[in-house]
Amino acid sequence: MSIEILLDRKNRCLVMLSGEIDHHNAARIRMKIDVAIDTNCPSEVFLDFSNVTFMDSSGIGLVMGRYRILREYGATLYVANCKGAIRKVMQLSGMNRLAKFVEGDLQSRFVSNLKEVKKNEQTISAQ
Amino acid sequence: MSRQSVHNELRSSFPSLSENESLARLLVSGFVSQLNPALDELSDIKTAVSEAVTNCIVHGYRNCVGTVRMLVRILDDNEIYIRISDSGCGIENVEKAMEPLFTSAPDEDRAGLGFTVMESFMDKLSVKSKSGKGTTVTMRKKLETRKGKNANR
Repeated sequence: MSIEILLDRKNRCLVMLSGEIDHHNAARIRMKIDVAIDTNCPSEVFLDFSNVTFMDSSGIGLVMGRYRILREYGATLYVANCKGAIRKVMQLSGMNRLAKFVEGDLQSRFVSNLKEVKKNEQTISAQ
Repeated sequence: MSRQSVHNELRSSFPSLSENESLARLLVSGFVSQLNPALDELSDIKTAVSEAVTNCIVHGYRNCVGTVRMLVRILDDNEIYIRISDSGCGIENVEKAMEPLFTSAPDEDRAGLGFTVMESFMDKLSVKSKSGKGTTVTMRKKLETRKGKNANR
């Protein structure tokens, strides 16, 4: 499991998740996302599941938890690129009625308008 | 129900460490692969197993490490039988625990959908639990798509 967090100039946050999301991994992912939310107070957060190979209901817990936090901040949560088995698990949760589900290559959109990238704890300034 | 013959069997046990959630998924998918399951069938089984094993770790052995046991069998007509059990604290009210979105650990971001996932991804689910003794989850799923391939079984 690895996670990459990008922040664009409009203070929108893209979280690129990859690998397997289960109970074991969820705690670490959650911590990294929450630190990024606390530090940057983004107006929009995108959780991108393009590269997630497995997810059980721990992933739903992760999305639900971030949804609650962001609602308190008055920010919007987007869930991006859920395919196949990931989509099947996500649909069970009814999360599609709460968060906004989107498709598309968010990464390149963010990269062209970047503020900074946080890759596994290290911050790489893009400018 | 008539007694079904067991064509193959995998018995495993491991300590209730969260690292072993992925191990359980690997074990079951490796074992079931001999039936050439479709990708979505395999992923359904892996997800259901992941939920059951996580329950043992998160709830059964909440404040301790105990043994999680997983038995996987291949029965007649490509039916997969999975039994996952712990000797942990047990569930006081199974009916309540099986309600969608019910969780005893909301502050840990548990969605309360473990049993819902098992129920919808497998054909049959049964949960037996005794307070203080432990919980046993039994699941069955018939692999449909490759019926012809193992017709001689």
